[in-house]
Amino acid sequence: MSTTTLAIEVNGVSKSYGSIKALDKVSLCVERGELFGLIGPDGAGKTTLFKILVTLLNADEGTAHVDGLDVVKDYKQIRARVGYMPGKFSLYPDLTIEENMEFFATLFGVTVEQNYDMVAPIYKQIEPFKNRRAGRLSGGMKQKLALSCALIHRPSVLFLDEPTTGVDAVSRSEFWDMLYSLKQQGLSIMVSTPYMDEASRCDRIALCNSGKVLDIDSPEHMVEKFGSPLYAIKSSNMFGLLKDLRSFDYVANCYTAGEYHHLLAGNGFDARQLVSDLENRGHTNVELKGIVPDIEDVFIKLLSNED
Amino acid sequence: MRDSRTMLIALLMPVVQILLFGFAISTEVNNVNVAVVVPKWDEEIRQSVNKLSSNPYITYKGVITEHDIDQQLRSGKVDAIVVFAHDFDRLMAQWKQNGNGKAAMQLIMDASNTITAQAGAGYLNNILAGDLMQSNSLVETHMLFNPQMKSAFNFVPGIMGMIFILICAMLTSVSIVREKETGTMDVLLVSPVRPLSIIFAKMVPYFALSCINLTTILLLARFVLGIPMSGNLGSIITVSLVYLLLSLALGLLISTVAKKQIVALLISAAVMLMPIVMLSGMMFPVENMPDVLKPVSAIVPARWYIDAMRKLLIQGASFNLILKDFLILVGMTLALLALALKNFKDKLE
Repeated sequence: MSTTTLAIEVNGVSKSYGSIKALDKVSLCVERGELFGLIGPDGAGKTTLFKILVTLLNADEGTAHVDGLDVVKDYKQIRARVGYMPGKFSLYPDLTIEENMEFFATLFGVTVEQNYDMVAPIYKQIEPFKNRRAGRLSGGMKQKLALSCALIHRPSVLFLDEPTTGVDAVSRSEFWDMLYSLKQQGLSIMVSTPYMDEASRCDRIALCNSGKVLDIDSPEHMVEKFGSPLYAIKSSNMFGLLKDLRSFDYVANCYTAGEYHHLLAGNGFDARQLVSDLENRGHTNVELKGIVPDIEDVFIKLLSNED
Repeated sequence: MRDSRTMLIALLMPVVQILLFGFAISTEVNNVNVAVVVPKWDEEIRQSVNKLSSNPYITYKGVITEHDIDQQLRSGKVDAIVVFAHDFDRLMAQWKQNGNGKAAMQLIMDASNTITAQAGAGYLNNILAGDLMQSNSLVETHMLFNPQMKSAFNFVPGIMGMIFILICAMLTSVSIVREKETGTMDVLLVSPVRPLSIIFAKMVPYFALSCINLTTILLLARFVLGIPMSGNLGSIITVSLVYLLLSLALGLLISTVAKKQIVALLISAAVMLMPIVMLSGMMFPVENMPDVLKPVSAIVPARWYIDAMRKLLIQGASFNLILKDFLILVGMTLALLALALKNFKDKLE
């Protein structure tokens, strides 16, 4: 039975809110012990997919299994097995850290002591403040507490909806380290994030946009199969540069990427030709270099293929 | 439950309201300022004025002219004016002889405070008409409106009817909806705990709170306001507990409909507070309502509760007499509970 070997299996799931299609025939699967990332901008349907998988919502069509259990038929069993950390901070702000932990342990019929080893690496970091009310914690600490609460009952599958949104860069990096160590304990984790740079911390990712999955693969593979040469380019007039680059037929795509513009070569592209064309148009200090694409470039390329 | 402010309000509100209503009404007839208009003095009038000025509840403000009536009432210097007929002694003689006749005096009340006005009018009628009281037409009373004389005690059942709905239904529904709003409901739902147990767990504190309130109100009513409490205490508590359950069921129903705290509050205010105050008989007697509103008032649960409480607390009725109220309340509780549970979803949407 294939369903029992997979942590999560989604088959052609669609979900609409009125006329808005939040999910459009999404299919994916997550292996046991895998750290799977759902990467996409706001409105990609990430949260909706999470809510379907943790049995809060029913899909309009398609089927989904978590831990081999059907999300519609066996939703009560699933609820006992998954750990869910919603995108919004969803603990009790007027309970202390310790009380929140005990509350969630009681909900799942366990005690904090029983499963202390599971949450210890994370919980230890906030334990010194255990008498502080959850509402008065910093973003990073709230997130650690929420993760501890989601883990207290030793779930087999962990769902983390945008856990790093609104958290500082250091805490974000620490958080991914924590996920990595949880994964090594055999936990299957599905995590969503709008930050493309976090994709590389996942085993496999699904890039999604407007309710559709654009591609599913490991981050490394995605970059490898990028195919087209990618360049970074800058000049002294960045805005005019973007406009001019888009007017050249041999530039397949061009978009801003921080300090540089990223440029996707099309048919008949020649680097020297490009620089001279630009200089003819009055650009000075033109700097062009070939670069290795990152997930964001992959995402943008997939998006433009879609259109 | 760490919300100490809500807690304080929920516990103190009934006490304050009971005391406010209780004392506002207990002082009402202590100083009714009365002036008189006398077109022509005679012995009968002198006697009536003497009765007025010697009454401890009335402050006699002297004689004024007919032209001053409006100005005196408006300025608030007097609460009531007694206008004697110019042939007062002749009319009174006729009354005493025949037991009926034309109105011999007019009572003009400042009814801007209807409660004082009602009580004052009752008092003045009593004093002036004396043993001729059996006939209403001796004194012609003018007021904005003149509902039946109500006793101060009647407010206690009314407040009980309101407080329990407020605390049980409004606070419960708001607290459940707050969980939806903050997202904690999502986390609670994604746990093996049956959602209904979550809901009932939410209700227990408010139920306990209401039980404390019930005790406080009954104690205050008995020992501070001196309400007779003539009915059977067991029946009072039984009916109150049913009413508490009904309010909880109503709160649950509201929480299944509302997605935001503000919506829950609005529904509570529109669906519960207004009808309770206006239609339950708490303020205005059901009998005085227009015919269209009578059936509407019949679906307001507080009406039946307040009715039962009045009978039990004030009149000392036996349980048999409130059986109808009780059964209606039980029926409503079951219906609301069934509706709420049917409506309750353990998923979003």
